[in-house]
Amino acid sequence: MSASAESLRARSAIFERLRAATRDPQNTPLDVSAALLPLLADPVGETRTERFIRHARSWRAEVIETTQADWPEALQALLRARAPRQLFAGPGSEIAATLAACVPPQQLRWFDREIAALKPELFAADAGITTTLGGLAASGSLLVMPTIAEPRTLSLVPPLHIALLHESQLQDSLLSAMWHYGWASAMPSNLLTITGPSKTADIQRMLVYGAHGPRELVILLVQDGVRS
Amino acid sequence: MSGAMAIKLADFQANARAALKDPKLRDSFTGAMDFLIDRRASQFPDLEAFERLRKVGEAVRQQALSKLPELLEQLENKLTSLGVQVHWAETAADANRIFLDLARRHDASLMVKGKSMVSEEIELNHEMAAQGIECVETDMGEYILQLDGDRPSHIIMPAIHKTKQDVAEIFHEHIKGAPLTDDVNELIAIGRRALRDKFSAARIGVSGVNFMVAETGSLVLVENEGNGRLCTSVPDVHIAITGIEKVIEKLEHVAPLFALLTRSATGQAITTYLNVITGPRRAGEKDGPREMHLILLDNGRTQAYREERFRATLQCIRCGACMNHCPVYTRVGGLSYGTTYPGPIGAIISPHLQNLKETRHLPTASSLCGACGEVCPVGIPIPDMLMRLREAGRHSVAQSATPPQQALRGQGEVRQLAEALAWKAWRLLYSHPALYRLLVWFAARLNWLTPPWQGGWTQARAPLKPASKSLRDLLAERQRKQN
Repeated sequence: MSASAESLRARSAIFERLRAATRDPQNTPLDVSAALLPLLADPVGETRTERFIRHARSWRAEVIETTQADWPEALQALLRARAPRQLFAGPGSEIAATLAACVPPQQLRWFDREIAALKPELFAADAGITTTLGGLAASGSLLVMPTIAEPRTLSLVPPLHIALLHESQLQDSLLSAMWHYGWASAMPSNLLTITGPSKTADIQRMLVYGAHGPRELVILLVQDGVRS
Repeated sequence: MSGAMAIKLADFQANARAALKDPKLRDSFTGAMDFLIDRRASQFPDLEAFERLRKVGEAVRQQALSKLPELLEQLENKLTSLGVQVHWAETAADANRIFLDLARRHDASLMVKGKSMVSEEIELNHEMAAQGIECVETDMGEYILQLDGDRPSHIIMPAIHKTKQDVAEIFHEHIKGAPLTDDVNELIAIGRRALRDKFSAARIGVSGVNFMVAETGSLVLVENEGNGRLCTSVPDVHIAITGIEKVIEKLEHVAPLFALLTRSATGQAITTYLNVITGPRRAGEKDGPREMHLILLDNGRTQAYREERFRATLQCIRCGACMNHCPVYTRVGGLSYGTTYPGPIGAIISPHLQNLKETRHLPTASSLCGACGEVCPVGIPIPDMLMRLREAGRHSVAQSATPPQQALRGQGEVRQLAEALAWKAWRLLYSHPALYRLLVWFAARLNWLTPPWQGGWTQARAPLKPASKSLRDLLAERQRKQN
């Protein structure tokens, strides 16, 4: 029997057993929204931005507060301090032109080919910079949607991940972001929340950063005048 | 340290006895479980809020199970339209055949694998190795165990039974050029370097799945290390494998389950990554798999599904909180169970994946203290399930039951004559007062005849001896004196 014929046989056997089960036909649709909204309320006396920063730092992300005009300078200062040999970035991203203008050409590398052709270089890279779709105040997470311009591995393979986040794009929580973006009807191929650098506690419960992904996460938080 | 080869299924009692005598092992587990209990407690400071969240999680899972065949169909349609190939496997052998077929089709001799308990369940690594295909674990804990030929002892912290000195020796011995060091930062760096070469070279990436979303066809992966993202972003082919029960209806249902999972598992409010994958690489994208497969495994799950009284077993989101809080698991460790899933959840799922007879000691490896049921983030009544499995092992199906019951695999095969007779005698005595009083009269007078050796009881306890006066007699005497 061919592999797909076997899979079809297994499929019909499994469905036959599932459908034969006694099931309770009446079940009321669950209103997750109503049940969860009270749990999402912001703590009193804290703005969304403050909440985001507090949580992001608690997860060992470095947050640099800057502005739309100043973030290139903040990036330059960061690059001087960390001195990565190369900074990988996405060509055609909304920040590509700014990066080309503010990062020395010998340091800037573009993720301009398919990963198969770029592996040796990418796996040896020191740093990567990406934009973000937004952030989650409740957990200090970045909301990242890899695109043609900024592939998945750009925020993953280099040991230093620099992320640009606009304050106006902060959402309260994962749930509010899901509603805001309406993903349920149109999902991108990949969607991530990133909370702090990669980590592991697999050896004797001791926390170590930089397991397989970035060792360091630096967030350039752009204050664009919309404080909630 | 007990290696994989020393573990035999159905040898729970011997394994447990050996584990209890190993002070190093007991220290590792007690320390780790105390740590995880505290961490979880710190995430749920408000019991009422926990209950509210748990009610939502429970409802999401129950509702998904009540529509399981319909949701699986919806998921399959959605995935197929996205370009994902869906495969169905009734048994572990089916699933391994699918893996082998895909590996051969892509001429792959190396696979990198993210953490997946279902891949442990089908023994993927061994099966692939037997066919000359290397399947490398990339989760740090799992990687350590694979190098050492050992097995996971906890579903979330698989290498919890290893000390940093153990890891130092394992890395030094098995990784070329690795210096002998017990600095944990350096050890992780060594693992990271060794595995990066594998990520770069592998044609196929394998992963498990935490949740599958029917309405969007998304596979949701939860992790801290980033190896899961690498496995699903770098290789040309991504093969995901999971159990048929992992489907949920809506994307928004991920939110409460994710919140419950991370808090219950490691006591973290959130993990580093929540990775939502919806179909293979799209036109123009520079990474992500070109080809994506999902293998949906039954392997006994439909038996648990069949009847209402066992169905809640499938609500599980694999957080491991039940084992962290189990006094038996904490003392005997995960390897003693000899099954893929240890602890309380293992005791209620393994009888369906295997059969009641092979797993006969597991439902009784519990004091029924109830801690597992109390902490379960999706409200599985684990103690009730344990009781039902104990009964199913010892009795044939009750013909009069409503709703009607069907025999489980191994139904009634755990029955032992001595045990059955003892309970028969007990029932006879306790339902006939005259007979009971007669026995007590004799027992009190003939108590000197009690044997000093009383089977399992006296292995660790003083022998039982009837008192020379029964409680009833003592009370009667007291009554007389007072009057």
